[in-house]
Amino acid sequence: MTAVLDRPAPAPDTNTPRRAPLRIGPVLWALPPLIIVLVAAVYPLIRVCLESIKLRDGGLGLDTWTSVLGSQAFRSALWRTVAIAVTSTIGCLILGTFLAIVLAFVPFPGSTLVGRVIDTILSLPSFLITLAFTFLYGTAGAVNALISSITGAQTPLLNFLYTPAGVIAAEITFFTPFVIRPLLAAFSLLPRAQLDAAASLGASPLRILRSVIMPEAWPALMAGGSLVLLLTLNEFGIVLFTGAKGVMTLPVLIYTRGIVTFDLPGAAVIAAVQVVLSLALYITYRAIFARVTAGKTQEG
Amino acid sequence: MLLWSKRSRAIVLAVFTLVVLIVFIAPLATVVLAGFAGSWNGPLPSGLGFGRFGEALSGDNLASLSVSLQTAFIAGGLALILGTWAAIASREAPDWLRRITDAVFHLPIAVPSVAIGLGLLIAFNNRPLLLGGTRWIVILAHFVLVLAFAFSAVSAAMDRLNPAFRQAAESLGASPARVLTRVTLPLLLPALGAAAGLAVALSMGELGATVMVYPATWKTLPVTIFGLTDRGQAFQAAASTTVLLLVTLLALVLLGRIRGRAALR
Repeated sequence: MTAVLDRPAPAPDTNTPRRAPLRIGPVLWALPPLIIVLVAAVYPLIRVCLESIKLRDGGLGLDTWTSVLGSQAFRSALWRTVAIAVTSTIGCLILGTFLAIVLAFVPFPGSTLVGRVIDTILSLPSFLITLAFTFLYGTAGAVNALISSITGAQTPLLNFLYTPAGVIAAEITFFTPFVIRPLLAAFSLLPRAQLDAAASLGASPLRILRSVIMPEAWPALMAGGSLVLLLTLNEFGIVLFTGAKGVMTLPVLIYTRGIVTFDLPGAAVIAAVQVVLSLALYITYRAIFARVTAGKTQEG
Repeated sequence: MLLWSKRSRAIVLAVFTLVVLIVFIAPLATVVLAGFAGSWNGPLPSGLGFGRFGEALSGDNLASLSVSLQTAFIAGGLALILGTWAAIASREAPDWLRRITDAVFHLPIAVPSVAIGLGLLIAFNNRPLLLGGTRWIVILAHFVLVLAFAFSAVSAAMDRLNPAFRQAAESLGASPARVLTRVTLPLLLPALGAAAGLAVALSMGELGATVMVYPATWKTLPVTIFGLTDRGQAFQAAASTTVLLLVTLLALVLLGRIRGRAALR
């Protein structure tokens, strides 16, 4: 359940004639959708926070918080979630930069089709990747069968699927398009003459890459990277389909606490921690993204 | 244009092709192939056939597909209406209200869908807002999650819309309702189609919030697929996932084709 979030920061339309006497009209007109979302999205999150301070005897207190935050399961899940998210993000950035540079600057027949396929992945369910990986890289999967038919080895060589490495590989596959998109947008603004001028002055492709292309790409990389970090922190499907034996991340912990063992206050504490973490990151992303689009309009 | 020598171009393109094949094409192809496979013990699947698709399109699996489609179209349709309303209305609203609308509508994207699901489960489980255990809590969850994307897409289209059309109509004396139905909405139609396609696609694949709130009578296809893999029926899961992919792509393509006579600038 993921897709593109990037949209330009709202530009103030200066030449809209406003009917000054009817100032209350637009407010009333904009309120109903806002109220519906407040009830459907914000109120449940507030209830999560309230549930987390509910005690078993019906009173209020921070006992659930202290017991959950102190538990080994929570701490290792928090640490693992952050580690998996950071590693996946770095992987996505490296892979996405390479793919975007080739798509933008080494045109080949069919590059639009490849771009289209990569775009489509954005709207597909993420658990698809884990499912595919079990057939491809599972201990009884195609790649292991291929390897053992060549080497004759009996024990499967690849056995990373149920480790954090398997989750990281799946997340890199699924989230790389989120890095490619903003990068391609940034590259399309780069005047071709700049590349040609640098090349005609004798700069090597690597040097052009380093001193002409990459400086333009940093803001897009920052924006794409923080978005991917947010989405990997929140990722659920990939980890759930892994079987979640060796890898327990915060979202999966919320699910097992809330649904499997039906400990709602405990799940609410973890959810509250995760919501704060995600919101902090989201605000950072919005700030970076606003800066990127502001920079674009200034130059253009 | 970056690489001028033929050899370096060929090397870079070969690496690129290999990476795209391994990272993007192979997983998609594998799931589809596994759906057709009778078994897969060697490097290649064996016993290919349509048998599992018959299974995927009957009984419980078919019921789940129907549940998923109903959920996606109801939730997506409602989200599109409300998202469009909010996007158009916040345009005219004062700055502070526009900022609040923007922040609140994007909130469900920022927080994990499991947390949204948990919140809905807690918030709508007693009277007067008793939705827990009914299909409506699933539809509400999808609606909330998809709404952010619908709002985002329509707002972005509004940014690209030429205000001159609307201003011309207003200066000629058209009422606000007439401007909305005859100018703004027709101009937005392609964007609305694309947003509807995205909304349906995302709803079809939603798992995190659904798994928190679904009642046994309203199981969406991703939940059923998870059940299949959990019971070790990975091949059947692959067939059902292939069906899910096909339906999703079909919705994306069909709804993306909505154009209308007016087009965006």
